Amino acid sequence: MGILEVKNVNKRFGGLQALGDVNLSVAENSCHAIIGPNGAGKSTLLNVLVGKLIPDTGSVMFDGQSVLGRKPFEINQMGISRVFQTPEIFGDLSVLENMMIPIFAKRDGSFRMHAIESSAQEKEIIEKAEAMLEDLNMADKRHFHSASMSRGDKRRLEIGMCLAQNPRLLLLDEPTAGMARADTNNTIDLLKQIKDERDITIAIIEHDMHVVFSLAERITVLAQGTPLVEDTPEKIKGHPKVREAYLGEAA
Amino acid sequence: MDAIILQILNGLDKGSAYALIALGLTLIFGTLGVVNFAHGALFMIGAFCAVTLSKIFNLSYEVIDESQTDFLGNPLKVKTPYVESWFGPELGGAIIDWAVPLAILFSIPIMIAIGFIMERGLIKHFYKRPHADQILVTFGLAIVLQEIIKYFYGANPIPTPAPEALTGSFDFGAFLGFQANAVIYPYWRLVYFAFAAVIIGGVFAFLQFTTFGMVVRAGMADRETVGLLGINIDRRFTIMFGIAAAVAGLAGVMYAPINSPNYHMGMDFLVLSFVVVVVGGMGSLPGAVLAGFLLGILESFASMNEIKSIFPGIDQIIIYLVAIIILLTRPRGLMGRKGVMED
Amino acid sequence: MFGLDKKDTTLLIIVAALTLAAPFLLNPFPTDSAMAQFNAGYPDLMQRFVIFGIFAIGFNILFGLTGYLSFGHAAFLGVGSYSAVWMFKLLSMNVLPAILLSVVVAGVFALLIGFVSLRRSGIYFSILTLAFAQMSFNLAYSVLTPITNGETGLQLTLDDPRVLGSSSTADGSIPVTNLFGAEMRATYEMVVGPWNFQFNTGYYLSAILMLLSFYLAIRIFRSPFGMMLRAVKSNQTRMNYTGLNSRPYTLAAFVISGMYAGLAGGLMASMDPLAGAERMQWTASGEVVLMTILGGAGTLIGPVLGAGFIKYFENIFSKINEGILHSWFSFMPDGLEDTLIALVYPFIGKGWHLTLGILFMLVVIFLPGGLVEGGQRIGRLFRRKKSGQETDKSTQSTPAE
Repeated sequence: MGILEVKNVNKRFGGLQALGDVNLSVAENSCHAIIGPNGAGKSTLLNVLVGKLIPDTGSVMFDGQSVLGRKPFEINQMGISRVFQTPEIFGDLSVLENMMIPIFAKRDGSFRMHAIESSAQEKEIIEKAEAMLEDLNMADKRHFHSASMSRGDKRRLEIGMCLAQNPRLLLLDEPTAGMARADTNNTIDLLKQIKDERDITIAIIEHDMHVVFSLAERITVLAQGTPLVEDTPEKIKGHPKVREAYLGEAA
Repeated sequence: MDAIILQILNGLDKGSAYALIALGLTLIFGTLGVVNFAHGALFMIGAFCAVTLSKIFNLSYEVIDESQTDFLGNPLKVKTPYVESWFGPELGGAIIDWAVPLAILFSIPIMIAIGFIMERGLIKHFYKRPHADQILVTFGLAIVLQEIIKYFYGANPIPTPAPEALTGSFDFGAFLGFQANAVIYPYWRLVYFAFAAVIIGGVFAFLQFTTFGMVVRAGMADRETVGLLGINIDRRFTIMFGIAAAVAGLAGVMYAPINSPNYHMGMDFLVLSFVVVVVGGMGSLPGAVLAGFLLGILESFASMNEIKSIFPGIDQIIIYLVAIIILLTRPRGLMGRKGVMED
Repeated sequence: MFGLDKKDTTLLIIVAALTLAAPFLLNPFPTDSAMAQFNAGYPDLMQRFVIFGIFAIGFNILFGLTGYLSFGHAAFLGVGSYSAVWMFKLLSMNVLPAILLSVVVAGVFALLIGFVSLRRSGIYFSILTLAFAQMSFNLAYSVLTPITNGETGLQLTLDDPRVLGSSSTADGSIPVTNLFGAEMRATYEMVVGPWNFQFNTGYYLSAILMLLSFYLAIRIFRSPFGMMLRAVKSNQTRMNYTGLNSRPYTLAAFVISGMYAGLAGGLMASMDPLAGAERMQWTASGEVVLMTILGGAGTLIGPVLGAGFIKYFENIFSKINEGILHSWFSFMPDGLEDTLIALVYPFIGKGWHLTLGILFMLVVIFLPGGLVEGGQRIGRLFRRKKSGQETDKSTQSTPAE
């Protein structure tokens, strides 16, 4: 029984079968990649996983609870953190503030009217945020205006903001899309480090094979909305069906 | 039955104005992605084009007529408009009388020019700024335009009559075989409705059947792709801004006889037109027109005494109430497309 | 001090000092001098400065922090005024219960409107608030006449059934608003040589409430709640995926700013006990938008500056007429004088709104941070000049950064 269980999920958009009978089980503390060519239904699946799209049939259970129809903040509070294709951070805020907000959310829940207290007096929160920035090697940037950082730094910060909440599942949507090689490698290293150091499940939706094979322990190949095959990276590399459907062009 | 017909007719003229302004707002929003708070001011300027032309035609010189005296025994001064002295009293008089319809021709180049200047000089720089900034700068522009008009024309409404031939009323009751005089309707309002229908039809035909219109429609649907095709969409959008300004201006010209123009008439209409656009669906041209007429008619029904006695004051708030309900239940409006301004 | 850091404490103290000394500061010119027309130190105008300051500070909590642009905030101000006048009519001429009620009623009203309007964001939110405000205005003007007295506006009369206190004074006039006996209109005049300084009870009550409002706004800005509100403006998607529910945050900000508007409305009625529907019209909402943007949205001091700036120049500009212009330019040759006057005339007197509109457009286009940003830019310019000179001297010894 995995921490994330997707059972018989179907989703149609008009005449288009976006997802057909998707079954997926992500084991706890593993790194599971979902790959597939463009239009394979990766994004649709991701949107189902975070409760944004409700499938026509089927269920999505996280740790025994259904995620369907829940609002994003509820999904987060179940222990799922999401990293977006283009880094979503609080661009108008400083790096330190960016890091404080998820820690506040973890401590205070979805809403708390702490309007008279001073943020500067929240020593515990600030300490945690600074420690997290230290881990990310970003401590020297803590007073930076976050929107003006490089894309790689933004990504780093975003992943850090997710980790600051100690999520049980980290969902990554093409985390290296549009990045320079050096930034991509940095991101891979960061994710490897996270995987090694923490008890965390990582589900990653990716295009870049280099990223997938560097990180994933299991891979699901999606084609035309249906899982084609699921196996370890070594087996996937040699799988004839996968070569035909996906790698053929690239190999 | 006749009461219902009367209310529908009563709603048509206001509905026409709403529809025309909302159409222009939607054109600008759909093409340029700009929320134009100064659109009402364009409507107002249109109305003042009619005022101006009628004033120009009435420019007169005075002649002292020795043969007539006023009650004090002084020789009477007779004013003769220049137009009459040039074209003779008959034709000249007709020109003065038909000042408002003639102002249509007068206003088109003016409005298009204003539209171009506005777009090139101001709006262009706000494409990439947040919607709040667009609202703010066009709001500021609306105040400026309004105050300029106020400076030149004063704060009081200026009556601007329709041609005399069109000042009477049409007896719909008799026409449809009901009781005579039960449903009477001023000719000018019929003219206004017909005029609005022609303009709306013209804009739609232009967008539907010309290559220019096709590109603009494609641009409204997906600006980036059209840009990638190497078509200079920006210049076309500037032209569309001019057209939208002209539509608002024409709506204003013809509205002058219905409500004497004053400097803040634009703002009054703008608030309602925004509501109309939202009800119709942001970015949907047919939606804007449909919602304009629907809300105009609805407002007219709400002002019936029978309805007001049940819901007092409903006529004052009906449009807003409908807008609030629509926005909450169908955020895309009646005919809005998916993905337009949804966040 | 007061739970603020040093910088904020300094700001608060400066604002407090300026506000409390306003009767002196705003009256720099002797009463008989030609410049006396630029004095602003009389009670009525000073009251307007601080009351609109409160209104703008509150509006800024919503717009400056969350980025939600409300075009209907005047409705809350109007509701506050009506509540206060009713309190005077029914309960007592003491302003305290009136102001309390206006804050509470405006808060409840804001809760209702905010609950509905905040289901949409962006321009839809602006239009929803606009629609609600126009609806309130229309209702106040027509159907709700029993409560609002329609076009005439709600006023005190000689037969108000006041529970605490009498319907009319011994000499048969309407009693005046007071705070435990201190009459709002009471003004102590201090004559120093040619100067005449006026200290008005109503102004000082409003000023103290403004300072409290300002202090509270600083606390909100610096609180975790304020940080969340800025997060709403910055990126709602990230906020929601961080486990925060943005709706209650925005609603809380909306209600707080509505209560500020209610306080301003209540104070307005306390200074002059009447309330009219035009206070709720959307042009009035537009005015607070102008003040906030002009001063600098999202900054602490901006809205106060904006409110003061607009109210001051509205007053001064409106007073300048052609005669005054002639006296100013009389030293010039006649032709030049007339041309200049013709050029300036449209922007003064009744043309003040034209000046305001142009000024506002210029600020939105070139100075999105308002007067505060302008001040900062000038400050930086000077500092750069200074530091430029210093680096010139030091270039020989150390390489530039």
